[in-house]
Amino acid sequence: MDDQTPLKKTPLHALHLSLGAKMVPFAGYDMPVQYPAGVLKEHLHTRAAAGLFDVSHMGQVIVKAKSGSCEDAARALESLVPVDILGLKPGRQRYGFFTDENGGILDDLMITNRGDHLFVVVNAACKEADVAHMKAHLSGCDVTLLEDRALLALQGPRAASALAGLWPEVTAMKFMDVRDASLLDAACIISRSGYSGEDGFEISVPSAQAEQIAKALLEHPDCQPIGLGARDSLRLEAGLCLYGNDIDTTTSPIEASLEWAIQKARRMGGERAGGFPGADRILDELTNGTSRRRVGLKPEGKAPVRGHSKLFADGEGGTEIGEVTSGGFGPSVEGPVAMGYVPTDYVAPGKQIFAEVRGKYLPVTVSALPFITPTYKR
Amino acid sequence: MLKFTAEHEWLKLEGDVATVGITTHAAEQLGDLVFVELPEVGSQLSKDGNAATVESVKAASDVYCPLDGEVIEVNQAIVDDPSIVNSDPQGAAWFFKLKLKNPADADALLDETAYQELIA
Repeated sequence: MDDQTPLKKTPLHALHLSLGAKMVPFAGYDMPVQYPAGVLKEHLHTRAAAGLFDVSHMGQVIVKAKSGSCEDAARALESLVPVDILGLKPGRQRYGFFTDENGGILDDLMITNRGDHLFVVVNAACKEADVAHMKAHLSGCDVTLLEDRALLALQGPRAASALAGLWPEVTAMKFMDVRDASLLDAACIISRSGYSGEDGFEISVPSAQAEQIAKALLEHPDCQPIGLGARDSLRLEAGLCLYGNDIDTTTSPIEASLEWAIQKARRMGGERAGGFPGADRILDELTNGTSRRRVGLKPEGKAPVRGHSKLFADGEGGTEIGEVTSGGFGPSVEGPVAMGYVPTDYVAPGKQIFAEVRGKYLPVTVSALPFITPTYKR
Repeated sequence: MLKFTAEHEWLKLEGDVATVGITTHAAEQLGDLVFVELPEVGSQLSKDGNAATVESVKAASDVYCPLDGEVIEVNQAIVDDPSIVNSDPQGAAWFFKLKLKNPADADALLDETAYQELIA
């Protein structure tokens, strides 16, 4: 992104400014990194009550088969992601990723069966490339990036009760359910999902009514606005990958410990095994393993270990074994947390390795992810 | 005598010893601190060299040494509870005491009026 390109604004930009947000450039958008409460308190508030995030910068995409059949759209999209989409029922959502010919990850995404089409949410920084990728490879489908919708995330243990004030039926939804809902007479799409490790919702709303709906949610005493800073610390504690940091074209889904997102139908011996870019490598790694894996890392001391810190087998910096991909302070863990890639000899939880921080080699313990206990309503 | 730097440190000068901390403005900009690393007592620091590190949830920031000198005391209280830096940055949350190599060098630092103009 060159510095001369003016930053884009989401439909909630004016609201962020009026709430006193500190704005930063993110993926070409002028986005709130924090509000006056600050990252630490915003993080803890989300885990204790409900946090409202503006994620309108993300790409909302409709994939509709020219035949009109959702099954045709699902079959087509399966050629780009190693996910069972034909087995995804109407009103249900699934996590997935676009893979490339080398078995690397082009982007991660959420895929919803909307009955007669698929609804896909992709990362802001990748959305143009993802749409071009789908248009190039899904010849039987119309691929449309929605430019007239905002996306709100409402996360936390009191998200359901806060949203129920606008739409009481929300309480009947389960984790990864997706429903049409009318909020303040606006046609919205609500999914019970998110990226914080908490129960919560993502709400696709028409841009014109986004501010009104956000304000109505913020009127709830449990609901506070939350910036991208806390979004990052929340997802890190939840062990969730940030595209561009923890996963990219140099990491395969198996190296990234994301094999749980590849259903049986797409694996060796499954009904529709393979048939996605990089399938040879990915299916082989599912059977035979990889030489490195993404793991949780818990620094033993108080010092945060940030992304790009080098990892060593020993405390003298003799044998470099990997790199931290995300790291910081976990407000709910009340200490530093990180994740990164290590050789398979080092993946067992409890294994002690070392991270280089300002010339020192600090002990870190390989840990199971997530660092917190998620509260998804399964 | 109280002096300031453009890097948002304050210094309280008593003879040839300067007590050093970060300003209220700096603490506000950094947000809630979660980690503080201080220099070792006895270390010789140079002006503009790294003296300490402070970290918020989001990022690490360096605290620079305002003048040449030797660290004679550090404030363990802010290591044990970094939130003191946010609640009382120009009081209880001093970082370290520096025995100045050339106390006269402090004259060139900003006074409070000049610092307030800088951050205005």
